[in-house]
Amino acid sequence: MQTAKKSNVLKQLRIEKLGFSVLTILSIATVIPIIAVVIYIIYLGAPAISWEFVSAMPSEGMRAGGIWPAIVGTFYLTIGTALFSVPLGIAAAIYLSEYAPMNKVTQSIRLAIINLAGIPSVVYGLFGLGLFVIFLNFGTSILSASLTLSIMTLPVIISTTEEALRAVPQSFRVVSVSLGATKWQTIWRLVLPQAIPGILTGVVLGLERAAGETAPILFTGAAFFLPRLPNSPLDATMALPYHLFVISTQVPGMPIQIQYGTVLVLLVFVLIMDIIVTMIRSHARAKRQW
Amino acid sequence: MPGRKGSGSMDKIIVENLSITYSDGVESLFDINLRIPIHQITALIGPSGGGKSTFLRVLNRLNDLADVAKTTGKVLIDGIDILDPTLDVIALRRKVGIVFSRPLPLPLSIYQNVSYGLELMGEKRKMVLDDAVERSLRLAELWDEVKERIHDPANSISGGQQQRLCLARTLSLQPEIIMLDEPTSALDPVSTAKIETSLIELKKDFTVIIAPHNTQQAGRIADHVAFFLQGKLIEFSSAEDIFTRPKDVKTQDYISGKFG
Ligand SMILES: Nc1ncnc2c1ncn2[C@@H]1O[C@H](COP(=O)(O)OP(=O)(O)OP(=O)(O)O)[C@@H](O)[C@H]1O
Ligand SMILES: [Mg+2]
Repeated sequence: MQTAKKSNVLKQLRIEKLGFSVLTILSIATVIPIIAVVIYIIYLGAPAISWEFVSAMPSEGMRAGGIWPAIVGTFYLTIGTALFSVPLGIAAAIYLSEYAPMNKVTQSIRLAIINLAGIPSVVYGLFGLGLFVIFLNFGTSILSASLTLSIMTLPVIISTTEEALRAVPQSFRVVSVSLGATKWQTIWRLVLPQAIPGILTGVVLGLERAAGETAPILFTGAAFFLPRLPNSPLDATMALPYHLFVISTQVPGMPIQIQYGTVLVLLVFVLIMDIIVTMIRSHARAKRQW
Repeated sequence: MPGRKGSGSMDKIIVENLSITYSDGVESLFDINLRIPIHQITALIGPSGGGKSTFLRVLNRLNDLADVAKTTGKVLIDGIDILDPTLDVIALRRKVGIVFSRPLPLPLSIYQNVSYGLELMGEKRKMVLDDAVERSLRLAELWDEVKERIHDPANSISGGQQQRLCLARTLSLQPEIIMLDEPTSALDPVSTAKIETSLIELKKDFTVIIAPHNTQQAGRIADHVAFFLQGKLIEFSSAEDIFTRPKDVKTQDYISGKFG
């Protein structure tokens, strides 16, 4: 009896060990391709990186010189996207999580938002072309492209923000209201500060995707080549992902290290966004008491 | 009809024919009539699900947040019907404070927990806030234990201290009525004793309503006791009467521990 029990426990332990090993191998297996891709990009792209590459205008039909206008363009587009999608997305999430009645309409809105996240980005591009470029007459511009990217980014920001708001315990809200807080005071002073780390995660996920997209800006704001930097939101702009597309498919005799150098710069751009947000987030977490 | 008789004191709260139905159809309170006297401790006792918490949540309209389908009857506090839909509920909640059964400090510092309610009112003067925080913490018998680390996170103190912090937070608004819903159910005997001592001290200036977590606690601190059973108020009289000569046999059974 005693020994039977013991061997049973041992057997379970063995199974558990086996399970863990399988999981470990699987997770390593998923990370390997990502690491391989990054190493490959660094290997091929690093030789192209120089001060000139990240600070000069392209020359000789983009086969030489730098990619400065594309870096600036992606920066503008990301800022523009953030300007529209972050306040709108957070406001929508606050409405959905705190104010909207629990009914079928709200449920279907939520479902629609989740489904929007699955729409191919080129569809957003065409939509932006129709609405912003043509109908609202913003032309092919940073404004049109930012608005298009915002619409694509909104679902991600809304869903993650709503989740972050819901994760704040209901009891905090009840206590706050019992102390004479209005609903808005409770949200502003208590719920939002608690949710900030989660919201930031959603924001950066959405914006990083926006920074790397080609299709939505293809018809709405991206320029093949511009001899100068854009100087108003109504100008078209070069952008890193579109520039990459162009030099990989449209320009014969393109040196390969310029292509991979461009990829590397885009990667670093996204990495910098990650680092900034991680810093803000850990600062917010440190200030947060729970 | 249950009702308190033979007391010369003033009634702070008058409840008439109060009935409450939740939207799932549960009638949680049924035709409640009682008068809660000022500057005394009134205890609500009874088995689980009797409607004690529901009753407390009526008095500061916290039930507005719950799934209540229908509330009928009258609840007068200082002669004003607080069920009136046009009532200023924020002012009501400042006047009728509540402490919950679990210590629920807000995710802020000890100081900010106590100043929270005042800051909601727009109070920004540091002197006023400092004074209110100290006064409230002293009333809740917590000041000496936390004065050195008033800006630490509120969850860094013990559960018993947290519950006294919640009491201080309620007191900071200088309410007239303090409600406590099983405030010591999660606490050790020492912390429980401290809370009970504060309450006896507090009744000089406040009207206290408590749902104690056992009948012994009611016996220790209550001046008046209301016995709730399945949404009905079975009996309401002075603590002495309830414990020594209950009129209703159900009260007697409950007090002698036959059920609940
Ligand atoms: N938010 C709610 N929605 C629906 N029904 C509720 C809600 N809150 C309480 N009830 C129901 O109302 C009745 C009274 O509950 P209440 O919490 O007031 O009892 P209680 O006397 O405080 O019990 P306990 O001693 O367990 O705290 C119960 O039947 C309960 O199921
Ligand atoms: Mg209760």
